[in-house]
Amino acid sequence: MSYAHPIPFRAILRHVLLIAGAALMLAPFIWMISTASKPQTEIFSSELHLIPHQFALAENLREAFAKANLLRFLLNGVIVTISIFVLQVMVALPAAYALAKLRFHGRETLFALVLFGILIPPQATAIPVFLMLHKAGLLDSYAALVLPFTISVFGIFLMRQFFKTVPDDLVDAARMDGISEFGIVWRVMLPAAIPAVTAFGIFSVVAHWNDYFWPLIVLNSEQLRTPPLAVAHFRNNEAGTSYGPLMAAAMVIIAPLVIAFLFAQRRFIEGITLTGIK
Amino acid sequence: MSDGSMTLGAAIAPAGATRRTLPAHGSRRTYSAYALVTPAAALMLIMLLGPLAGVIALSFTDYQLGAPHFAWIGLANYQDLFADKVFWTALRNTLAYVVIVVPGTVIAGLAIALLIQSGTSLRSLYRTIYFLPVMATLIAMAVVWEFMLHPQFGLVNGMLRGAGLPAFSWLQDRSTALYALCAIGIWQAVGFNMVLFLAGLVSIPKQLYEAAEIDGASSGWARFRLVTWPMLGPVTTFVVVISGIRSFQVFDTVHVLTKGGPSKSTEVLIHTMYTEGFEFFRSGYAAAITVVFLVFVLLLTLIKSRLADRGVHYT
Repeated sequence: MSYAHPIPFRAILRHVLLIAGAALMLAPFIWMISTASKPQTEIFSSELHLIPHQFALAENLREAFAKANLLRFLLNGVIVTISIFVLQVMVALPAAYALAKLRFHGRETLFALVLFGILIPPQATAIPVFLMLHKAGLLDSYAALVLPFTISVFGIFLMRQFFKTVPDDLVDAARMDGISEFGIVWRVMLPAAIPAVTAFGIFSVVAHWNDYFWPLIVLNSEQLRTPPLAVAHFRNNEAGTSYGPLMAAAMVIIAPLVIAFLFAQRRFIEGITLTGIK
Repeated sequence: MSDGSMTLGAAIAPAGATRRTLPAHGSRRTYSAYALVTPAAALMLIMLLGPLAGVIALSFTDYQLGAPHFAWIGLANYQDLFADKVFWTALRNTLAYVVIVVPGTVIAGLAIALLIQSGTSLRSLYRTIYFLPVMATLIAMAVVWEFMLHPQFGLVNGMLRGAGLPAFSWLQDRSTALYALCAIGIWQAVGFNMVLFLAGLVSIPKQLYEAAEIDGASSGWARFRLVTWPMLGPVTTFVVVISGIRSFQVFDTVHVLTKGGPSKSTEVLIHTMYTEGFEFFRSGYAAAITVVFLVFVLLLTLIKSRLADRGVHYT
């Protein structure tokens, strides 16, 4: 389509339509920043204006940080997402290597189970996993947030497909150098698979940073809250009265991922659309 | 883990070259294979397959969290469920949500992808903007949307009033609340589908368009109908099913914005499951809802694999 005779009218129409759509897409972000920058009196006025007459972003941010321990919640988000990702890699990479490069009894069955596991939506296992954590006395802890996600069948599948493309010669050469199978996973396969691991990492971190369902179920304590839970609680406690600080808090919560995305969009889009395979 | 195995590797190093071909080494490698897959296999059993079997088993019991006893009650949970008006409301609302959000995100996603791909300038800027909602934490943006939809001070009603149109209490009115949630769902997911369609468009060979033009397909619409649409067939099926599965799981916006209200007008399956299972702790009953949800999701997956087999004929 792009080779069509360049008619300026068509090019202009393309931009007009895309800009109109982009305005719709960006409207909530713009409204969020605008509201977070307004003082209370301007927020509660029925006259619409985007640019505040009097800037109050600093005050709203200060109030947001005072009303909720946002730094702590962001830190929780970092601890939980990083722990999940590291454990997922530690569990998935060896299994993926064995499935891709080693012959053993039950390999086909295991791979079939991995493929089946990909089909199971996370909500389906929530009740039994919750009951198990309850029995184990692990509810309301970092462990409750992390443990259920240490196994990523999707990660195993993805890495197995990638390892299939790594030439056998590389593995054989490593064996001849006397590297054990365990050593091969971490010293040969991992370095070769960095692009795939990065894409999976982005997918995993984004999914768990944004997850609301699971933390909502297993958490009780305020100090363990993850960023989405923190916003939801902030909203329940403050909505109707202090929209400025609430919007400021929302800004703070989405900022880390959005900024990372703007810096490395290609990698992020690649990583997140991996779910497409799911 | 790798340290220990390295010393093990060093110990067998001198004989490594000859051992490669010996059967003994083969069995050692098999042994390693089991060691490598054991953690994953065990966790899969504990965290995924076991709980899946568990949720099905649980749906035939009257188990309640904290209750000392429980009993097998056969299909009683399902009988209760199918006799419960709230369940049917939730199912109807979920289906309505899916039926609105899937076409919305698929058609808009395709249209945006086609528009972006039809020119060369500002491609990556547009892609970034449309993808931004996919990245942003949905809960945070849902709270923003709630304020945008605020009856008095929100942007949406402000603009409607400015245009001389009637304003609504979007999320507080039972006739509009579900549609408002659909709009947020579409806004959030459209960029995801756009990216999948862009990948599909890029992979269509240019020669096909040239051939179509020689055959007289000169208008953009003719080229779309003869080349783009058939070639995108497999991608489209895929996007439709993925969007369907994701829409079925709608929960975040419902829980934080409406709690299923007003008067159950936005009650959806996963929200009912959450309320029964994690607020009233009626685990058995909630498990039955989960099984119903699971049946729908697996049905969509089945359709996908069926159509994916057919899609092969295109390529």
